[in-house]
Amino acid sequence: MPTTRAAPEPGTRRRPPTGRSTTWRDRLHRFDVRYVPYLLIAPFFLLFFVFGLFPMIFNGVVALRHWRLDEPDRTGWAGVENFRRLFTDGDFGNALYNTFGIFLLSTVPQLLLALIIASMLNRRLRAQTWWRVSALLPYITPITASTLVFNVFFARDLGMANWALGLLGIGTENPIDWRADKLHSWIAIATMVNWKWIGYNALLYLAAMQSIPRDVYEASALDGAGPWRQLWRITVPMIRPVVIFTVVLSTIGGLQLFTEPMLFDLNAQAATGGAGGEWQTVAQLIYKVGWKDLNLGYAAAMSWALFLIILVVAALNTLLTNRISGGRK
Amino acid sequence: MSLLERRRAAASVPPARRRRPALLGRAPQDTPAGIGTYLFLAVTALFAAFPLYWMFVIATSSDEATSQLPPVVIPGDRFLPNLDEVFSLQDVYFAASLVNSVIVATVVTASVLFFCSLAGFAFAKLRFKGSRALMLFVILTLTVPNQLGVVALYIVMGKLGWNGTLLAVIVPGMVTAFGVFYMRQFIVNTVPDELVESARVDGANTMRIYWNIALPAVRPALAVLGLLTFVATWNDFQWPLITLNGTDYPTSMVAISDLASGNYVIYRRVLAGAFVATVPLLIMLVIGGRQIVRGIMEGAVKS
Repeated sequence: MPTTRAAPEPGTRRRPPTGRSTTWRDRLHRFDVRYVPYLLIAPFFLLFFVFGLFPMIFNGVVALRHWRLDEPDRTGWAGVENFRRLFTDGDFGNALYNTFGIFLLSTVPQLLLALIIASMLNRRLRAQTWWRVSALLPYITPITASTLVFNVFFARDLGMANWALGLLGIGTENPIDWRADKLHSWIAIATMVNWKWIGYNALLYLAAMQSIPRDVYEASALDGAGPWRQLWRITVPMIRPVVIFTVVLSTIGGLQLFTEPMLFDLNAQAATGGAGGEWQTVAQLIYKVGWKDLNLGYAAAMSWALFLIILVVAALNTLLTNRISGGRK
Repeated sequence: MSLLERRRAAASVPPARRRRPALLGRAPQDTPAGIGTYLFLAVTALFAAFPLYWMFVIATSSDEATSQLPPVVIPGDRFLPNLDEVFSLQDVYFAASLVNSVIVATVVTASVLFFCSLAGFAFAKLRFKGSRALMLFVILTLTVPNQLGVVALYIVMGKLGWNGTLLAVIVPGMVTAFGVFYMRQFIVNTVPDELVESARVDGANTMRIYWNIALPAVRPALAVLGLLTFVATWNDFQWPLITLNGTDYPTSMVAISDLASGNYVIYRRVLAGAFVATVPLLIMLVIGGRQIVRGIMEGAVKS
């Protein structure tokens, strides 16, 4: 939106100093024009180098060393020992499996539902702002707080989830123990993740939908497309960049899932993700290895592995989404 | 001048297009929502709100409420007694944690607004060598997952002696790539180059231009960025847990996770604490909901 402002009155303008005199004023001016811009952007770069880039690189060093919090004297190079251990570590494999399981159960329904809700919000609505704000209620709620509420929902005995399923005739004989096996605990955690992010993603989609030129829809009227086909044939391909953006965002976020699995555990601080690690995610395992088992070197190696996995999966998902959302035309 | 005019001309196009009659094949935005849409949205809103509402119900009830079926849906009258219990738990430091969260979120937000608007202004309106490459770098840092550095960050903080203090959670968040990017986009679009130039000719220095011209023009963006930063900082859990857990200086999120650990968790107590820690954000949503919505939607289109 352009804001117009009155230009300063011509009479008040001072002529820029001419001549070659190097008074302190000129020098100050030159400093101001030449160097002050760098001073203004310096805080970001300073902070990023100290608390972002350096830790990232240093993390690679830590991963190659023996680094234990309980034995500060036992240092020295470990070589690739920490990395080699990853391949035979059952806990890591299990955590990876859980992370992907929860990721699939949360991302796919989350983005599909967000798309549907966005297309509903994209109609001419009364109290438009109100609907949009209410979609953000889960987004502003602390995950710690909402997870604890869901914990009560997903109680085995007398929990609301089992009660609701019971109304549908499911599990009336044997109520589901949401913390006893992988699939059920994954579903419970994925439900929390979905609850949190559907509204947020819906708003991202809505923003993109509203910037689709109207004549695209006019042109499509000729094939007599209904709203559902319109959504899949026109809207989704047109908002493809944002769809890819959300897929990348939820890949990065989903593979680092931490708070929900941590607090879903009735003994949260143990970070084991269930008695048998049923829902322990990689991020949780990193926390446990680093700060419960006090082996920072190994935790660092794990973070590196997770980083690489995120990169690969984000790239794959981008390709996949690109094909799915574009290939429907 | 030509720049300004062109922008004005471009702005006048959409209203004209909007008036075109479109009965067949009209865009969804022009289609009035039917009863089905309203119903669907109402059910969605109910799902979004229910866990929050129920948190309050349990927070105001006695122990039996968590296990009653069909579920209790009317708030009880025990909110203050439950809250009193939370605050009097010795090793959770709940009251202190709320103060800490307020300090952390406020300081981080104020600092993000200041440093990001400064850097955004520099990238948007000042000419200096390498500005394009440096901006690209800022955007690239947006895509780095923060998980990667957490172990090393802990070691760095240890060397600085900041682990277990609020500095460890405040300083790394004081200026964000997203904030710089967001402010830059906004300033590019709202502060005319001519105004900056003429102020320069009038002898104003860079800081003066920032303070008197750029800052007043970007107030709406500051509100949006401020709200988003406050919410994100307040809710941050993993890093505060790593660096503050077990100390006397938890943030409220860490304190809540403390409340929820142990063999027998008392939910009316835990959720009373959780509710109190959620209230500031609910207030923000009520006051600034429109801004938060706008910030998220603008961010989507720009990136």
